[in-house]
This record gives sequence, structure tokens and C-alpha cells, in this order.
Amino acid sequence: MKKYEGLPREIIALRVSKEIEDNSYVNLGIGIPTLVSNWLEGRDVILQSEIGMLKTGSLAEGDAIDQDLINASCQPVLEANGTVYFDICESFAMIRGGHVDVTVMGAFQVNESGDFASWLNPSRGLNGVGNIGGSMDLAVGAKKLFVAMEHTTNDGAPKIVRQLTYPATARKKVNMIFTDLAVIEVTNKGLLLKEIYPGLTAEDVQSVTEPRLIVAPDLREIEL
Amino acid sequence: MNKVAKDMEEALAGIGDGAVIAIGGFFAAGVPRLLLQALVRKGVKDLTLACGSGPLLGAKDELNTLLENNQIRKLIDSYGLFRSATKGGQHLLEQKVRAGEIELEVYPMGTLCEKYRMAGAGIPAFFIPVGAGAMVEETTITNIEGNRQKRETRIFDGQTCILEYPLKPDFALVHAHMGDEEGNLRYRKTARNFNHVMAMAARETIAEVENLVSAGDLDPETVHTPGIFVQKVVKVPRITFDITNL
Repeated sequence: MKKYEGLPREIIALRVSKEIEDNSYVNLGIGIPTLVSNWLEGRDVILQSEIGMLKTGSLAEGDAIDQDLINASCQPVLEANGTVYFDICESFAMIRGGHVDVTVMGAFQVNESGDFASWLNPSRGLNGVGNIGGSMDLAVGAKKLFVAMEHTTNDGAPKIVRQLTYPATARKKVNMIFTDLAVIEVTNKGLLLKEIYPGLTAEDVQSVTEPRLIVAPDLREIEL
Repeated sequence: MNKVAKDMEEALAGIGDGAVIAIGGFFAAGVPRLLLQALVRKGVKDLTLACGSGPLLGAKDELNTLLENNQIRKLIDSYGLFRSATKGGQHLLEQKVRAGEIELEVYPMGTLCEKYRMAGAGIPAFFIPVGAGAMVEETTITNIEGNRQKRETRIFDGQTCILEYPLKPDFALVHAHMGDEEGNLRYRKTARNFNHVMAMAARETIAEVENLVSAGDLDPETVHTPGIFVQKVVKVPRITFDITNL
């Protein structure tokens, strides 16, 4: 299968950041989603970290590292002006209780119903166990769920699939998919291809996507 | 009331083989590492370590020794495996999980929080929507096939919910920044995480505290865990460690 060159991970994160409205509370998962924070500096957006922190600051380096202050990806972070801390039950009340506006997560696979798989990689051979972390809680509670991932696996196999072959994290929850090749909205009618990587055609993107894509009438290059 | 143990040995005196022990901490933050080191020295075996989100990945030296000494029978966690498949595959933990020598039982993180909270709050069961549509709805998630329990579900407001039960550990090992002799605790920044709810949940909670003060020296408005949830307090030095190498 042909593998197309697309946006680097940092730029997928930039595109995601443009979809986040001001005055939002946002939770970012591990991987590409974490990079979204780099593009939210100066924006009126508050990051919720499931470890028990609201208004997570930027990454800490050198002498600014405090061993009692990490985000949920175990990265040392800084306090922001107005940071608050709380215990884990309160944190998941925020998450499950529908108080977080936008959740951004990585995924192994997404299908056209908005089901996604992110917690268990069967090839790891661990007899049905994996790292669920907060992914299922976040998916249940998110007002909007964005998936940010590479469009295909390293071998070029589609990650946007007809049926999940990896175990699901949650069903019918994904609202938008941001990849290195495209921006796709999950709608009742199917997957709506809204933006594509400059130089690619809708047919190119379709060739590395299993379900049929509905091409938006105003299809355009990915907006950065 | 004085709950101060004079040393680690006294603090862990009640723990025997086969105990179910909650371990506070979230990756590297707020892990009771000195209590874990004392647990290693004590040499108790057949332990079930009930975690929240990978505290043993954040306390790798302690994890490695517990594994080498074959002290762990079972782990309960939401994120118990190393993130990297390559690094994880080479690690003794994953080898033991793959071989079925250690059972790993996995829950969604927020469900696990509530399992501890319900144990502490005296609520015998609860329904939760997290995990509906996933394997979590069918059975408990464990690498030991024979231990997978079928789940009960019920629909509320059109949403499938899973019947969950409290998780009541025999002991909890927690880490606090400050504590007084009566067991009132205060945590620092994101090191709070699971420590409070685990202290609530366990039959006996043992807290290591970096700063031990007398009753009355903590501002009562700033206590995170009231002493009624804590049975023993032991003073530890503040150790420094690398939090960036998970």
C-alpha cells in the first residue's frame, strides 16, 4: 500500500489547536495530543490534567523541575497563574461528569461510527490486558472528542477502518479525526472529508482510508 | 492520640504474606517509595498491590526488586504497563504478566478511583457508564482467563452502565508532604492524586510524611486527609529522584 508523506506530528497538533475554542476546558492525552499544548500558549484555554490539576502550565526544564509536579503523561510541568490541585476522585468527577469541553486522544483505529480503539495493542501479546488509563472515562464524559493520529500505520495500513480489529475504548464518541493527511468529521451520514494535505487529492486520501469518505463541497487544504 | 511509628519496621508490623496493599502515587508523583523499600526488606510475599495509575512504573528500582524477589502475586492498576511496547517487552514485569506468573487486573482510572472511594465511604456497589461498549462491559479485564468475571449491566437514561464493587485493601501505603502525630495529612501539588482516596479505603493506612509536626501545627483549613483515615505515620526524608525517565 502506498504511504503518503503528510504533516509532522507537531503540525497535526497545531491544526487541532485551531479547532479548540477560547474559554474551553481541555484534556490532552498521551502522544500527539500532548503536543497540542505547545500551540495553546496565550490562548484562553484551561488544561485539565487527570492527575489532579487544572490550568496546567507549560513543560518544566532544568532547575524549574519539581518532582511533585507532573502532568498525566509524567512530564514535569510548571504552575500557571491560577493553577489548582485536587485529588483523583474530584479529577474524574470533572471528566466523567461532563465538565470538560474538549478531549483530544490518540488512537490505533477509528471507524465511521466514531468508535475508537486506543488501549490494547494485541500484538504486545499480553493476553487481553493493556493500559486503559483514563481513556474510557474521558471518552464517556467529553462534550467533544477529537482523535489526533497518523493516518496509517508505519506499514501504510489504514487506521480509519470499517470495523475495529483492536478492542474498542468507546463507541460512537469521536467527533473529529485529525491526521497527517486529513481533517475528517464524523457525521450521522458517515465520514466527511473536510481538509486535506496540500498536493493530495480526495482519491489519494480515500486510497488509505477503508470506509467511504464523503467529500465536503468546500474541501480545502488543511488550514494552519 | 499518637500514631507515630518509631521506624519502618514498626510502621509495617501488621503486614503479612498475602496482604492486599494499596500503593499511592501516579507514575512518579506521590509514590511512598520508602515504605515500598521497607516492604522489600520485610520480604513478605504473595502480595496483591492495588495501584491507581502506574506508581510502580514511577518507582522502578522498588518494582524491580519486588519482582526479582517474587513478592508480587497480583497487580491492580489502570496503567500498569510501560508505555513503550519495546521497553516494556524486555522488562521482567511484562514477562511475568505474559507468563501468567503475575496477575494484572485493569480498570478504567476513574472507575478504580470510585472503587476505592466506595470502599472508604461504605457503599457496597455502584453503576458506572465507563467501559460500556468495550471489553470492560463483558468481563473483568485480567490476563488470567479463569479469573475473568462476567459483568452485570443495567440501562439508565438510555446508557448502559456496569455494576461495580468497592475495592477495600487491607493496607494502604501513602506519601504526604506534611503530617501530624494524629495522622492528619497534607499533600503537595500533583503528588496528592490517589493518596487521599486510598487512605480512605484501607483497613489500615500507613503514611510516610516528609514533615512530621505536632497536633495543631497544620492549619485545619488545609488538611487534605483527616486523621481518622490514617492509622500510622512515619517520618521519612525527602528523597530526590528522576521523574523524567518513565
